[in-house]
Amino acid sequence: MTFKQRSILPGFGLTLGFTLTYLSLIVLIPLSATFLKASSLSWAAFWHIVTSPRALASYRLTFGASLIAALINLFFGMLLAWVLVRYNFPGKKIFDSMVDLPFALPTAVAGIALTTIYSTHGWVGRYLDSIGIKAAYSPLGVVIALTFIGLPFVVRTVQPVLEDLDKEMEEAAASLGANRWQTFSRVILPSVAPAALTGFTMAFARAIGEYGSVVFISGNMPMKTEITPLLIITKLEQYDYAGATAIAVVMLVFSFTMLLAINLLQKWSSRHHHSGGTPEVVEGEALHAPVYAEA
Amino acid sequence: MSIEVSKVSKRFGTFNALSNINLEIPSGELVALLGPSGSGKTTLLRIIAGLEFADTGHVSFDGADITEQSARERRVGFVFQHYALFRHMNVFENIAFGLRVRPRQFRPAEAAIRSKVHELLRLIQLENLAQRYPSQLSGGQRQRVALARALAVEPSVLLLDEPFGSLDAKVRQELRRWLRQLHDEIHITSVFVTHDQEEALEVADQVVVMNQGRIEQIGSPDDVYNHPASPFVYNFLGNVNLFHGRMDEGQPVIHGKATGQVVYVRPHLLEIDREPNGGSHFRAHIKHINAAGPLVKVDVITEWGDPVHIQVSQERYRALQLIKDDAVYVIPKDVRVFETRRAS
Repeated sequence: MTFKQRSILPGFGLTLGFTLTYLSLIVLIPLSATFLKASSLSWAAFWHIVTSPRALASYRLTFGASLIAALINLFFGMLLAWVLVRYNFPGKKIFDSMVDLPFALPTAVAGIALTTIYSTHGWVGRYLDSIGIKAAYSPLGVVIALTFIGLPFVVRTVQPVLEDLDKEMEEAAASLGANRWQTFSRVILPSVAPAALTGFTMAFARAIGEYGSVVFISGNMPMKTEITPLLIITKLEQYDYAGATAIAVVMLVFSFTMLLAINLLQKWSSRHHHSGGTPEVVEGEALHAPVYAEA
Repeated sequence: MSIEVSKVSKRFGTFNALSNINLEIPSGELVALLGPSGSGKTTLLRIIAGLEFADTGHVSFDGADITEQSARERRVGFVFQHYALFRHMNVFENIAFGLRVRPRQFRPAEAAIRSKVHELLRLIQLENLAQRYPSQLSGGQRQRVALARALAVEPSVLLLDEPFGSLDAKVRQELRRWLRQLHDEIHITSVFVTHDQEEALEVADQVVVMNQGRIEQIGSPDDVYNHPASPFVYNFLGNVNLFHGRMDEGQPVIHGKATGQVVYVRPHLLEIDREPNGGSHFRAHIKHINAAGPLVKVDVITEWGDPVHIQVSQERYRALQLIKDDAVYVIPKDVRVFETRRAS
């Protein structure tokens, strides 16, 4: 194998083998089964199913709402991480732990709780209703649920980077005459951008796949508030396995392409963030120090 | 631009970082703040820069009180020990940063920024590395970029916090000679913090020796080295042997008994001989010899059992043919006597 590298830690062959087997069992084989099942359809039938108006509306809602939710999480997640890292206040530890709750809570519970609060008679929903905004049983409800379940990602990816951020860099910016906004936008933001992008990607991916919480708050009206995962379940319940997998394949290809694109973007944006202390070059050329006669 | 620090004190919790510091730095000088860690030297530098604020006292530049001004308003160039370069910007953008963040009406045109940065790159001799990122540079190169970045805004004073602290010995020596030369060219009032006495003595016009939040002595390198004002300064500025002893008609008498006075002698100011030469002397025998280097380091044990470090020239070492366990006479050539209660 030409790509095998000598290293002080042995086991390249073993670990690579394990990785491939593991990924195959957990990810690749189940996903290929999806493609296999979908291929039982003729091309025309496949195209008919995946481009039906109901399916198209569900793609729009799923990807649109996920994107909006991930953007909201990107902005507020960074704000939350900033507050948790930079300030000390009573109850900080409790707030910090609360961030992880959306991970732990069964999504159905989250869905029911959110619906209760945001429905037209709920605590928040009634005020939104009075100014003409319908939160639950509308696309907005979907966005709310997806924002909830994606909350921890950006916070948890940005937080450690902010903690590690060299305070001297900010002081250097200030001593060079940068005001607070310039220090933030030119120094801090670019430093946390790769981490924030990672968090955004994960929140986005998580939102695309979310099912449990959305079905309670969206109302599941075809063409209006029906997300793609629900459409797949509906088809399964009607024993339309081929139809379900056809839509699943579309989602899969879509999601994978997007994640790949974001990953490439991230790789590009973080290309100079290898924080390691070892420089790639040693002292390039000797410093032309003035010649001193040694006493 | 001259710097005046008057009656500055600073506490961190219960720790007195600075107590009542008064310091005047004339325009165009290169001054070293020298002291052990915890002596308050970095705190003083940061107070001058406006990165830290004094509890009491004032800082002025050219007679104008700037105590309440922020770092941004003071227009100081600050160089950090760990460079604090912007990792996501290349060398060019790092240096240009201070010019780019200026308010629009004061911001130079792109062409002017370019020529300014290239001029600085020439100055730090890194012209061909403008597109590199900080992680692709060596420590010495990074520190030079940090210096150029600080100089780009044409600061009124240049402040350097242990600028060579994280570099290896060779690069460090090269860089500090270069800094001295640079200062001779651009004559900007500069203050640098160091714990390395050799560095302070070699580079600075004036050395400010600090200890426990106070200034022990201010003077030229020659002054502080040859005429130390306190036992601390004597101790800190070089190796030293301490003896119990006393002055007797201008002659130091060194012996093993406590007398309330302590005699300070630098290792190279002790002479070794086979015979007593009539003056002040004591007997000792040789414990260890290290002949590597310009001076031979001889460790002896006095007749009353104290270890003493002595440095003799290679010629003297060969002439005396010293070997381990030899019994010799030690003659102090120049000593300083301090009262014990003042000795640290």
